[in-house]
Amino acid sequence: MTQHDTSTATKEREVSGTSATEHPAVQASSPGQSHVAHVESTAPGSLRVDDLEAYYGSFRAVSPVSMAIEGRKVTAIIGPSGCGKSTFIRCLNRMHETARGAHIRGHIYLDGEDINGPKVDPVVIRRKIGMVFQKPNPFPTMSIYDNVAAGLKINGIKSKERSMDEIVEQALRQAALWDEVKDKLKQAGTALSGGQQQRLCIARALAVEPEVLLMDEPCSALDPIATLAIEDLIRQLAPQVTIVIVTHNMQQASRVSDRTAFFMMNAQRSGELVEYDTTAKVFTNPADKRTDDYVTGRFG
Amino acid sequence: MTVESGQPGLWRRFTAGARNQVSGSAGDVIFRLVALAFTLIILALAGSLVFTVWDGARPSIGEFGFFGFMSTEEWNPVFGEFGARHIILGTLVSSLIAVILAVPVALGIALFITELAPPSLRGPVAFIIDILAAIPSIVYGLWGMMVLVPFIAGNLNDPLIDYLGWTPFFGRPAFGLSLLAAGIILAIMIVPIISAVAREIIYSVPAAQKEGMLALGATRWEVMWKVVLPYARVGIVGAIILGLARAIGETMAVTMVIGNAGYFVANLLAPSATMASLIANEFREAGTSLHVSALIHVGLVLMIVSLIVNIAARLLVWSVATGPSGDRR
Amino acid sequence: MTSTLVDTSLRYRRRKLFSNIMVGAATAAALGMMAILALILGQVFLEGGRYLNLDFFTQRPQPLGQEGGGMANAIVGSLIVLAIAAVLALPVGFFTGIYLSEYASDRFAGFVRFVVETMAGVPSIVVGIFAYVLIVRQTGTFSAIAGGFALAVIMIPIFARAAEEALATVPFSLREGAMALGIPSWRIVLRIVVPTAGPGIVTAAMLALARAGGETAPLIMTALGNRFWHDGLMDPIATLPVQIWTYATGPYDEWHQQAWAGSLVLVGVTVGIIGFVRLVYRGTQFRQL
Repeated sequence: MTQHDTSTATKEREVSGTSATEHPAVQASSPGQSHVAHVESTAPGSLRVDDLEAYYGSFRAVSPVSMAIEGRKVTAIIGPSGCGKSTFIRCLNRMHETARGAHIRGHIYLDGEDINGPKVDPVVIRRKIGMVFQKPNPFPTMSIYDNVAAGLKINGIKSKERSMDEIVEQALRQAALWDEVKDKLKQAGTALSGGQQQRLCIARALAVEPEVLLMDEPCSALDPIATLAIEDLIRQLAPQVTIVIVTHNMQQASRVSDRTAFFMMNAQRSGELVEYDTTAKVFTNPADKRTDDYVTGRFG
Repeated sequence: MTVESGQPGLWRRFTAGARNQVSGSAGDVIFRLVALAFTLIILALAGSLVFTVWDGARPSIGEFGFFGFMSTEEWNPVFGEFGARHIILGTLVSSLIAVILAVPVALGIALFITELAPPSLRGPVAFIIDILAAIPSIVYGLWGMMVLVPFIAGNLNDPLIDYLGWTPFFGRPAFGLSLLAAGIILAIMIVPIISAVAREIIYSVPAAQKEGMLALGATRWEVMWKVVLPYARVGIVGAIILGLARAIGETMAVTMVIGNAGYFVANLLAPSATMASLIANEFREAGTSLHVSALIHVGLVLMIVSLIVNIAARLLVWSVATGPSGDRR
Repeated sequence: MTSTLVDTSLRYRRRKLFSNIMVGAATAAALGMMAILALILGQVFLEGGRYLNLDFFTQRPQPLGQEGGGMANAIVGSLIVLAIAAVLALPVGFFTGIYLSEYASDRFAGFVRFVVETMAGVPSIVVGIFAYVLIVRQTGTFSAIAGGFALAVIMIPIFARAAEEALATVPFSLREGAMALGIPSWRIVLRIVVPTAGPGIVTAAMLALARAGGETAPLIMTALGNRFWHDGLMDPIATLPVQIWTYATGPYDEWHQQAWAGSLVLVGVTVGIIGFVRLVYRGTQFRQL
């Protein structure tokens, strides 16, 4: 862990620059931060991506990407539309492979273990790495309660001490939705407003206690007020779960994330990781000219 | 369901202004009226169908009463006694067997085609299943009486009585010609209908719904059972009722395998008769006008039942195909 | 170190097993149904093929006990009855399709479609009763006309909806273009829209004919049947499906053989036409027919 040692000095500055004041607990439990890719974080729920390529048939939608996603932190993926950021994030919980003809090359490690290993079932991966989608997609035939409990009912409750009711309540509290819905848990989830539906989907994903929560443009279908509520929520959740959020909204990325990855489409129309660094660095002093052009709004 | 069909009335709206000034020609008016006249012919035909069948049944209704006829058991042309209770029961039971056998198979096929099969196999499998719907019912009847009925008599009756003989539904007398044979042949005939409609409905389940469940760590079956089927449930019920309607009205295949008994017993291995099979079987030989009228009375009941069932199914399927409930992809 | 990504819990293994079983069951349902189709068609081809010969198409039924004979009169009869049905049904369905797709208001079109689809759901045996009361009773005789009328009532809803769908696929821009030239709308419909939809309309007619051609029940009480060549349109007439029924339900092996042969011909024509249409129009229209 020599790299870890050399980066300790810079780490302090970064953390205080981003979120240390809000999350002192995280600071203590995640010493593995670095702005250098390929360094493995030791906080639980960390991901390491090694030379990942994503294909649809013979079309390579994502060119080799290598990056380390820190545990219990918020990582934002930004970039112009069509840059492969959604495809990339869908590889992280093996949702990509459900598309027609889709496959990947390279490796993704969750806390050091290959999620595409020969004995690994995507069903298990997706329980550990949850996902929230662009449009809120509560199950219309289920009540609010049953929506949150859906994952629990199939996976079973891990700890014997807690009842289903308690876990559902906790998940709804984590998603900052409890106070709004506690009196109408039996009502249909689709009766809620768009922002509430999205928080319901977040509660649904949190109820199974994932290590990582992937968010694919979770606010793209929401109004500004609902968007702010989700952003607050993301900040609050970070100490408990690793969050990777894809967004086309740069302000959002700068508000919520600790680190930011910038993707762009290359000449072969394939997505490419241009720059990955702390959010402060990417938005104020990017190393790459293209990143600078994008974050300053010169294109994209 | 293909309810959506282009731009009905668009042309009418588009041309409404222009027709009057540019080409308010007699030709346009005449052509429109001709087309309208033929459309009205269809409506008149539908109306006269209902009226004519009712009219033909009037002597029987006068003699036995509309509902009295349906609740009496006796069917004795020689003595002029007619009651349809046994064939109404036979129709219900044979159709019910068909639906019970067909629904799991049809839904399995629909799920296989929409969710499980490799994309390159979906079209061909759907095509082959659909071919079943193209076979004329007389051919099903021939196959049923030549192949299925002997098979039941030789291979199914004894084991069924051995293992299920303690229930009232499997016992002797057991011939090959039976409610069970009718139920099986009807099931084969309605599987393609149910699965074709269910397929269209299941295709319309948004991918986001399935992904939402997958992302919680659900297995393939859990996604289908907890998300796909519940989401599509209204349309699937419509598809099943559509299959039921078809089974209730099916004539030739049933006539040839059910045994055309003059009674109804709860034994599935015994012969029976349905409304349609009775009409097909006796209409040519009906001697008295009361006998013919009684058969038409049966037809009237059959028509009313299948109209109700059909309309219910169409409304269900249609509400899904056009309805605002649930978000589209 | 044991992997945390491999779930060894009993619950997970049960879920996985159950999922695999159900996926297997759905696959088996599809395979099983295809096997049943193969069984039925195989039997028809095998048995029918064994007894089908040239006589079948050229001879009429022989008296019992005599060798040979065929269903030539029934085949011709079926064609005659279908021709009558086509003459009655095609204009009605065609113009209704035009009216629905080109002129009708949405509400009226919706109402007509509802009636047409409901009509399509009336059991064919009831249509037979309709034709019996309306025509056989009035004319005092079973006849080819009555049979043709019954089949026409069955064809009309099928053809009208399919023709409307075919017409609706014609792009509206075509109509607009002609409109801009000042051509009257009825000429646009007949000279541009209908020819463009032509193949679809012809296909719809073929489908409706194939459907009607396989119908048996309504012919029992209208066309009745005839062991001889027909005498005229106002007389009972033999048809292929009714002849198959008579033979199939009869007690003699020779009759059963003829029934198999007849079924092969019937299946060949109806399944052939419907299968061909579906193959050509796969996934576009006519899915529900």
